[in-house]
Amino acid sequence: MYAQMVKSENTDSGPELDAFQARIDAGEKIEPKDWMPAGYRKTLIRQISQHAHSEIVGQLPEGNWITRAPTLERKAILLAKVQDEAGHGLYLYCAAETLGVSRDELTEMLLDGRMKYSSIFNYPTLTWADIGAIGWLVDGAAIMNQVPLQRTSYGPYARAMVRICKEESFHQRQGYDIMMKMAQGSEAQKRMAQDALNRYWYPSLMMFGPSDKESVHSAQSMKWRIKINSNDELRQKFVDQTVPQAEYLGLTVPDDNLRPNPETGHYEFSEPDWTEFFEVLNGNGPCNKERLEARNKAWDDGQWVRDGMMAHARKKAARAAASKVAAE
Amino acid sequence: MGDHLFEFLLRQGDNTLILSHRISEWCGHAPIIEEDIALANIALDLLGQTQMWLGLAVEVEGAGRSADDLAMLRDAWDFRNAILVERPNGNFGQTMMRQFLFDAYHVELLSKLVSSADERIAAIAAKSLKEVEYHVERSASTVIALGDGSEESHARMQAALDDQWTFAGEFFETDAGDHALRDAGISPLPSDLRAGFNARAMAVLGDATLVIPETTFAHSGGRSGKHHSEHLGHLLTQMQWLQRAYPGATW
Amino acid sequence: MSDQDTSPRTEWPLWEIFIRGQHGMSHRHVGSLHAPDAEMAIKNARDVYTRRNEGVSIWVVEADKITASSPSDKGPMYEPSQSKVYRHPTFFDIPDDVGAM
Repeated sequence: MYAQMVKSENTDSGPELDAFQARIDAGEKIEPKDWMPAGYRKTLIRQISQHAHSEIVGQLPEGNWITRAPTLERKAILLAKVQDEAGHGLYLYCAAETLGVSRDELTEMLLDGRMKYSSIFNYPTLTWADIGAIGWLVDGAAIMNQVPLQRTSYGPYARAMVRICKEESFHQRQGYDIMMKMAQGSEAQKRMAQDALNRYWYPSLMMFGPSDKESVHSAQSMKWRIKINSNDELRQKFVDQTVPQAEYLGLTVPDDNLRPNPETGHYEFSEPDWTEFFEVLNGNGPCNKERLEARNKAWDDGQWVRDGMMAHARKKAARAAASKVAAE
Repeated sequence: MGDHLFEFLLRQGDNTLILSHRISEWCGHAPIIEEDIALANIALDLLGQTQMWLGLAVEVEGAGRSADDLAMLRDAWDFRNAILVERPNGNFGQTMMRQFLFDAYHVELLSKLVSSADERIAAIAAKSLKEVEYHVERSASTVIALGDGSEESHARMQAALDDQWTFAGEFFETDAGDHALRDAGISPLPSDLRAGFNARAMAVLGDATLVIPETTFAHSGGRSGKHHSEHLGHLLTQMQWLQRAYPGATW
Repeated sequence: MSDQDTSPRTEWPLWEIFIRGQHGMSHRHVGSLHAPDAEMAIKNARDVYTRRNEGVSIWVVEADKITASSPSDKGPMYEPSQSKVYRHPTFFDIPDDVGAM
């Protein structure tokens, strides 16, 4: 998911904690000024900011094709979509800020590698079909996680997710629409489409994180309702939903073990290569360096702009205060 | 008249197309998320205007081309945008200065075009004007904030103005076609827009504590198509890549 | 302004954004954003929160300037009104013959 392998912490105990858990069990929302266990706060900060970082870094692989979009309309759609991602990052940072951290602190932790973002954005976008595959597969996977998160226990996070889900509704469709055009197009376009599916299939499956059997943090997060479904559950749902869509396109999912199981009503499929996943998370993905370099450059190059505009705001406020004094 | 009109429409559509393209390069790289989103909005507005202007251009031309054909299949010498908008973004201050200079001209032009004798032009102008009035408000306040901000931001904005001022003059270049269109009540003479532009530029740049260079020189060559800068060709290699590499494909 | 405000590297303040979605409706809290001052906050709000024509009027309030009730006041502040059910129109049974009221 956009938030993978989020470490959860639980250090509190006592009657306050029991009352807190009772509120969550009753489906109540926790709001910023409410009492909350330190572990809940910390885990949420980690999860929400990892999600926010993913949106911001996620602008880069798709942004890579804005200047090469094949038509004026495709360009407008892609630009609007990548812009939405910036907006979603912003909503999520704001939700994290209600927990007592600043966006600048979070940004710095992303930029120096202390905080992570989703593994998926460390893969390159090599052809226009990759833009289709990202919308179809990556946004498709993201939506699976985000829709249930609209019911998460932390109010500001849930509200951010509501807004995000509403805006994202066109993202997956635009991706699939690109794939349809490619799959029905020339031989070269078909080849691009299949190649994009080949490269993005397993990284998309990795988005849900490793199997729950290995995920020690899931139980606590689910108890707190900041994680709603298990990783395996969502991954299965994603495969079940996506395979028929690939068939409709006439494309082949790159998995020889893929078959429907009539008894379970679900597809059987191969696990992604988890060694690759951990390598990508640890900085060894195909584009980790470029992604972080791009974000660092934007931040460093923008420092004088942020400072300059702030300096003007202070001057203006001082002038307004002085003229008020003069008038009195 | 048809040729003049087509040329006029290309000038509008190419300005918005090329500037939109440049601004879209910022997506994901702006100084702060709020500015990233705001820049994308401007690029999207200009792209929408491009579709209208170039859409009308191909209608006027009547040769069966589409707006996409004009954008993706012409070579540099057939583009009619001013050189200012094809120049690389530079830093954020340079981008915002360029934006302000363009917006200040654009809003003058559109506010005249809303009463064009050609209803199609008047309609496009009316829709565009609503967007561009906001663009100029935003770019003006950013130029003022950075000009009147820190020492560093002031110096950078003055450098941006010094670098770009002589490129703004091209917007007001006036040729025989412009006279013909003015006589037909279709569009104003570009040279007549200069006073309004100057008034706004002086007010905003004054508030920004910036000094307008003392020169009457103006670069030219883009609007007439005589010679663009070297930058346009590179821009086109990206923008037109897919259409050129896979002729006839549908996307 | 506090002393630390003179430091050149200060994060832009956080603003809470309220938007009137349609004429006749109240402003509603839609989210927050960062901006150097109120005017830029309005502009940023327009760009961030009305990308899909969501608004006709925008209010911005610096987040620091908001005074909020504390959660422990929740009982005393809100429960009394819960018992004043007569403030709600459905409390009163009006015979159908009277017509719409």
